[in-house]
Amino acid sequence: MLWRITRHLLSIAGIVLLGGLISATLVRLAPGFDTDEHQLDPNLSAESVRALRSSHAGEQNVLYFYASYLRGALHGELGVSHALNQPIQNLLRERSMVTVRIAGVGLLLGWLLAMALAFIVSLARVSACEILGTAVSGAFLCIPAAVLALLSVMFNAPGYLAIALIVFPKTYRYSRNLLAKAYAMPHIIAARARGLGELRILIWHALPVIGLQMVALAGITVSIALGACIPVEALCGLPGIGQLAWQAALARDLPLLVNVTILVTLVTLLANSGADVIIHMARSQEA
Amino acid sequence: MNLARTLACVVLLLVCVVSLGAGWFAPSGYARQFREAPSSPPSRQHWLGTDDIGRDRFARVLYGTRISLLLAPAAALISTLLAALVGGLAGYLGGIWLRLATGFTDLFLSLPWLFLLITVRALLPLNVSPLVSVLITFLILGLLGWAASARVLAASAQTLRSSDFVLQARATGVRGFRLFLVHVLPNLKPVLYAQFWISIPVFILSEANLGILGLGVAEPLPSWGSLLRELEGMMSFRDEPWRLVPLLLLIVVMTSFQTLLTDETEEVAA
Repeated sequence: MLWRITRHLLSIAGIVLLGGLISATLVRLAPGFDTDEHQLDPNLSAESVRALRSSHAGEQNVLYFYASYLRGALHGELGVSHALNQPIQNLLRERSMVTVRIAGVGLLLGWLLAMALAFIVSLARVSACEILGTAVSGAFLCIPAAVLALLSVMFNAPGYLAIALIVFPKTYRYSRNLLAKAYAMPHIIAARARGLGELRILIWHALPVIGLQMVALAGITVSIALGACIPVEALCGLPGIGQLAWQAALARDLPLLVNVTILVTLVTLLANSGADVIIHMARSQEA
Repeated sequence: MNLARTLACVVLLLVCVVSLGAGWFAPSGYARQFREAPSSPPSRQHWLGTDDIGRDRFARVLYGTRISLLLAPAAALISTLLAALVGGLAGYLGGIWLRLATGFTDLFLSLPWLFLLITVRALLPLNVSPLVSVLITFLILGLLGWAASARVLAASAQTLRSSDFVLQARATGVRGFRLFLVHVLPNLKPVLYAQFWISIPVFILSEANLGILGLGVAEPLPSWGSLLRELEGMMSFRDEPWRLVPLLLLIVVMTSFQTLLTDETEEVAA
């Protein structure tokens, strides 16, 4: 178990470092990098323009930039955002709270909606309910995340509702399929034949069967919710990490985008690896 | 073929035919401005009204659908070929190649799809001609969207690698790339087809997301993304309900794809 966790952590560290380097390279190669509108200010002297240029000199070589960034990060120094002219640590601290709230509440709400509908459809065992569940989840699957964000603005709904509606259809479809498979298992058919109540079958027999796969799905939905944060935060005007990533990419803000990429990669990998470790622990306990 | 699948096929075919024949069906070009009638409601001349600068909305919907429906499969083809190359070959070769490919796909999948797509697109040139913007948008979709398919293909190729017929082919002296091309790749076809079809609706939705954020196809070329961007100015559904037509069309097309894909993926799974 310890080896598994260590291997996961090593793999996460490797991927995060590589992801950061790739994002730094992409920003460095992006057209428009190294152009600062302040340099065009006619009020600035040639010396000031030279000073402005030299302040970005460390970013010309990606490997040099990345090495010095990592050195600073080890000491808790994440650099300064060029676009927002603020220490990145402060920006991440302030903005991550907004994203955690939106993505967290959205995830929770999306899961509640999905599981409630999946349970109702499973308990009711009526084809009309099944069709309704499929139609509702199918309709939301067909709507782009950005449209849901626009609709939440139109109806003055909170941003987390858009995230919930993005997470809901995928969670519902997957959990409904798992429940349908679980209900076809011999021990559940036998339980039903013996006259056990539907609620009891669901709680005592179906849920333990699908539990581990739902944990894996939980890890994936964290990634879905984080991805949806960019359009939702950008269109709803919510000052979170998604909006920050959006601004950093548009402004070719190298230090900021590297930090945001590393943060998002880290959270996604930790969520997936956490789910993986929980599944492994449960399986080894069963064995 | 059940009723739902037949219906989905008919709807998709109809939408494809009408959008491909946009030149005949559309009352005007997608960029032609009727300056005397900006933001006009539906009329006999403009079935879905006109947009803020007087362009016929029905014509833009037809041309936009054509762009999305033609280029999303092209992007899906690129991503499926890349997935076959990376995943299929790595699964077949095994060992260090498989580990390398797995690490590479893990790297791509470690970032949420929308985050990766939007960030990379935002880093590329935005002030480009409409044609270049179309190419950039769909090339990005194709070049970034292969990782999940590659993982599936690597697993399938790995299974095929240890199958009896590959072993027999090896015993008869077939080796290397020829073995992959002649014996492994043809047997990966069902998985490749499934991945190709699954990618199309994903790419259509992704293009729509990019377009709404202003990172998709540049004006005046229409696409579903730029058409849906019109929803931004709406205050309620009752204001101008005809503006919702592109969204409804997108939902109809995506539902048709879903209906077809459910059967397709079930067949592959079987």
